[in-house]
Amino acid sequence: MTAATSDRPQTRGTAPAPPILSVRDASLRFGSRTLWSHLNLKVRPGEFVAVLGPNGAGKTSLLRAILGAQPLTGGSIELLGGPVRRGHRLVGYVPQQRLADRGTPLRARDFVGLGLDGHRFGLPLPSRTRRQAIDQMLATINATSFATRRIGDLSGGEQQRLRVGQALIGNPRLLLCDEPLISLDLHQQRAVSTLIDASRRTGDRAVIMITHDINPVLDMVDTVLYLAAGQALTGTVDQVLTSAALSELYQTPVDVIRARGRILVVGLPDTALEGHEAAPENPPEGLR
Amino acid sequence: MSDLWSELFSFANYGELLMLVRNSIIAGAVLGLAGGLVGVFVMARDLPFAVHAISELSFAGAAAGLLFGIGVVEGSLVGSLTAALLIGLLGSRARERNSIIAVLMPFGLGLGILCLSLYSGRVANKFGLLTGQIVAVDNPRLLSLLIICGIVIAGLLVVWRPLMFVSIDAQVAEARGVRSVALSMVFMILLGLVTAVSVQIVGALLVLSILVTPAAAALRVSASPLLVPVLSTLFAVVAMVGGIMLALGGSVPISPYVTTISFLIYLACRAWGALQNRPPKSARVAATA
Repeated sequence: MTAATSDRPQTRGTAPAPPILSVRDASLRFGSRTLWSHLNLKVRPGEFVAVLGPNGAGKTSLLRAILGAQPLTGGSIELLGGPVRRGHRLVGYVPQQRLADRGTPLRARDFVGLGLDGHRFGLPLPSRTRRQAIDQMLATINATSFATRRIGDLSGGEQQRLRVGQALIGNPRLLLCDEPLISLDLHQQRAVSTLIDASRRTGDRAVIMITHDINPVLDMVDTVLYLAAGQALTGTVDQVLTSAALSELYQTPVDVIRARGRILVVGLPDTALEGHEAAPENPPEGLR
Repeated sequence: MSDLWSELFSFANYGELLMLVRNSIIAGAVLGLAGGLVGVFVMARDLPFAVHAISELSFAGAAAGLLFGIGVVEGSLVGSLTAALLIGLLGSRARERNSIIAVLMPFGLGLGILCLSLYSGRVANKFGLLTGQIVAVDNPRLLSLLIICGIVIAGLLVVWRPLMFVSIDAQVAEARGVRSVALSMVFMILLGLVTAVSVQIVGALLVLSILVTPAAAALRVSASPLLVPVLSTLFAVVAMVGGIMLALGGSVPISPYVTTISFLIYLACRAWGALQNRPPKSARVAATA
């Protein structure tokens, strides 16, 4: 996204489009602990941002701040030209995977429908436009075959696709995903990440995804935001995921190894490793 | 044996009896309607245990109301609303909630028993608060029950959709701007109200049979957001009205009839659901993957 396109009208995903999200010099402290500071991030339409970092680095807190549920200690976040606030209609949210209870009184299509009008008072009265919107979204997320199954009976991957559908059906400009691939097998990881990747190509949408493992989304990510040691590092994959950059961030030698199109980070300090669960096929050296 | 049978079911002069308990049948039907609807959310929010605790405190309140002459209705309302709000305020997480409920429940029961033992009035009243009574629904009491159930049903219909959203996934609902804490408290108040009136009819020990069993049965056979509340209310009304009409003939309290009908409906739904919900083999493999 470095092409000189300033003389063209605002084209999807090109640099001059106004940013969907602008984080300026943001910091978050809990007591004496600084989660992150000097966090700067501009997210433009069509951009895919991966948020990486050890557990406890404040990745989820950043999403909560963007959702307007977590006040900053300093700095500001601007969303679509205004301040962040709770319940912004143009933000979709896919929280950390939590399997639905088997007794949940909803079918797959009703679950997706909550994303459309679940916030409104009153009864969910049936209507043709509502039904069509849900049918269309079910087709998009490849869930038509289990549309009327109860949500608690579905597999983790199927439920996760429904969560993405629930977030997308409100047609958000910004999609926030918190570890959407966790506890999914490789095939399902591919299905969910492809779905999220495809969603940003329509509707001038941007994606911010927290992930502990960059590899499933390596070929999709435009920007990496690496949170660790109270700092925030932003750039492309090639800029951030390097031995030099991460060694500087952690203040200790860290090796970033690229092999067969995958990235392995080796030598993270113990404090960072704590709870830094890598995907099963990619355990950090210290855990082997 | 025939003695026992006539004790349980005797339908001599049934028509006249029916007229006498007209109020009770109306009360039962309306209570079933409200209870069946509330039950859907009791299940969705995983609150059956909380219902039991609220009913015990409602019993304590009713017993205190009897003892101090404040009135059973008023007492049970105070008791159940206090319990519902305490559970709602202190127990936002399931684990905390369970321990708070476990603390409240024996306290409520003990308090109620204390008040009942100090009460020197008719014994039938005492027993009725625990196991239910049908003859006691006079006109003013029926009116208060209708008003309370009306508030519960109307309130539920207003908050239905966002409350369901919050019950399914509070995080996403909050991100969409739903006030989850406020909605939870509204629901606890509605739950407290319907529990208080249920205690007066089916008794504190058996409130679960109209606030939980019908919804649990409905969930066995369907997951449709329309069919589940419809079936749940239907089951609750059938159990209540059927229980009252059967109890008329016998000389035992109403609650065993209501709970038995409720339980049989649940068993039937479980069996039917087990037959219907058997996913095809391929789906079962996918679900375990």
